[in-house]
Amino acid sequence: MAPVETAKAPTAKRARWRDSDLWWSLKRSPLAMAAGALLVVLVIAAFLAPLLAIQDPYNLAALELWNAELPPVWQHNGQWPYLLGTDVQGRDIMSAILYGSRVSIIIGIASVVVSLVVGLMAGLAAGYIGGWVDNLLMRVGDVLLSIPTILMAILVSAVFREILPTDLRDGFAPVILIIAISLSAWVQYARTVRALAMVERGKEYVQAARLLKVRPGRIMRSHILPNTLTPILVAATLNFGLAILIEATLSFLGVGMPPTEPSLGTLIRIGNEYLFSGQWWIVVFPAIQLSLLVLSVNVLGDWLRDALNPKLR
Amino acid sequence: MSAKSVGVTGTRKGTTEAGAALAVRALVKTFDISAPFLNRLIERKPRRYLRAVDEISFDVPKGGCLSLVGESGCGKSTVARLVVGLYSPTSGEIAFSNSGGEQGLTTMVFQDPYSSLNPRWRVFDIVAEPIRELKLRSTENEVRARVEELLQTVGLSPRDGRKYPHEFSGGQRQRISIARALATEPAFLVCDEPTSALDVSVQAQILNLMRDLQDRLGLTYLFISHDMSVVRHMSDRIAVMYLGRIVEEAPSETLFEEPLHPYTRLLLDTIPALDAPNRDREITAGEVPSPIDPPSGCAFHPRCPLANQRCKSERPAVLLRDGDHQIACHAVEEGRYAPAGMT
Repeated sequence: MAPVETAKAPTAKRARWRDSDLWWSLKRSPLAMAAGALLVVLVIAAFLAPLLAIQDPYNLAALELWNAELPPVWQHNGQWPYLLGTDVQGRDIMSAILYGSRVSIIIGIASVVVSLVVGLMAGLAAGYIGGWVDNLLMRVGDVLLSIPTILMAILVSAVFREILPTDLRDGFAPVILIIAISLSAWVQYARTVRALAMVERGKEYVQAARLLKVRPGRIMRSHILPNTLTPILVAATLNFGLAILIEATLSFLGVGMPPTEPSLGTLIRIGNEYLFSGQWWIVVFPAIQLSLLVLSVNVLGDWLRDALNPKLR
Repeated sequence: MSAKSVGVTGTRKGTTEAGAALAVRALVKTFDISAPFLNRLIERKPRRYLRAVDEISFDVPKGGCLSLVGESGCGKSTVARLVVGLYSPTSGEIAFSNSGGEQGLTTMVFQDPYSSLNPRWRVFDIVAEPIRELKLRSTENEVRARVEELLQTVGLSPRDGRKYPHEFSGGQRQRISIARALATEPAFLVCDEPTSALDVSVQAQILNLMRDLQDRLGLTYLFISHDMSVVRHMSDRIAVMYLGRIVEEAPSETLFEEPLHPYTRLLLDTIPALDAPNRDREITAGEVPSPIDPPSGCAFHPRCPLANQRCKSERPAVLLRDGDHQIACHAVEEGRYAPAGMT
């Protein structure tokens, strides 16, 4: 019986997905489908950057100074293959955007994952165990939330910059960013999970498990966690867009990714200096890429929130 | 659930005298329902306690069924949770016979078939959880065989194991709940209003299933209900609870034919009768008083038609009549009650 089941599993899974409310709801929402498609294209392009880009923007030796400040190809003086033009150092904007998006997306995903894991564990412990554990975790969360995210991130970056030796700073920039963003993002997950865990804790199926002397860790993981995931999924999607934005803001302020390994925010900061001298393409195209990325994530997140809300079906 | 238990001096294990699967002696459960510390300090409020179970004693004979009946808030569900160990007693003693409560576990069939099954788990895993957790079967194949057997025992198909709880009706869910309880191979089962959330027709099916299981597996039940007609169908003995105390306990037929306590008679009056749908019923004014601040003396005296000065001041002791009929009522003791059926 068991082998038959495993052999059938992939097709059964696909059939279940096609039957699911989520798929049905996605088909009825052209906006969500468009956002999803755009996001897939942007993410794939970012991760295939080494194959798609015409030059490696990290490799200073590959830059051609005589091709500096070229406008996009469709403009007078524009040159193939520099589709979106080049910056003052002869860096191809298109390549820089592809590589920059990759950095932004990786930092976005990593900080969502880190804050999700921390938030889920803290929320489950606070909601299920309660008492002083709950008080401690929630007050720590309150304190972190009372500090604006940007300020917190600047603080963390500053502290780490002091601690780390100079030659390590650039290499650790993404890690610092992930920690800085996660530090305030986990609280939201923790609060949501805590509230849901407190509801689930009182339900009789949890009492039934407690009667069997199932260990609390196991009850939290296998009973309570699956019943709290839906709202968390929505929050995580929306926070992914937010994390990319915060990363861009920090990099724009100069405390994020260094110019040698630019993220979209760093590109916008560099380009910003040339905006008024006429080289608009250096800042506008990274900014458009950032907007498209965050917009598609947010539209998808909004759709997911509605699709998973049984009251709106 | 926010109420904390106060001072744990009660015990939960031990052995009973011969014949009883469960013996409960002078069981007390007090909840601390005080306002938070800061509020007490500012508003100068004292600590407040709720005595949910107040010196209860009873025996459940092996292979029998004792029912606890009473209105909402009388403490019957608290007794159930004390017996299975979800709460620890404030004082008193709960003792199982050796063959009962295997591995120190007692299982329970819960009231709400919608919240008692994890909605994210397949039925197979729900029923298999006790088997896996207690390692009652060594291989996964044996677990599978056991779960299929259990599903058939409660009248479901082995194929239902693949489904999720939301694909079942209330009655079917309660069958799943029973299968899960049976998975621990219990000798003793606590049922906390297992039918109160079901339609009347489905109630009968579940009750018949439970009686059938009792005969086949030799189970002992502690059955909690507020519904007198359900209780009559199930039990050998009935204990009537009011505000945390047992006011009357007797064999089922005795209790129905010859109820002594005025409260028991009030409860029996609530059963609709097919032959006399509009019969005159004694209407007893008032609701159950708050157990936070229970009435003095006999807790039932504000609603009792027979109450006098003594009832207001002195708590009635439990008297034994006709061998196995226990009653706590001054009016009965003094012989100033109207015989049953005269009202």
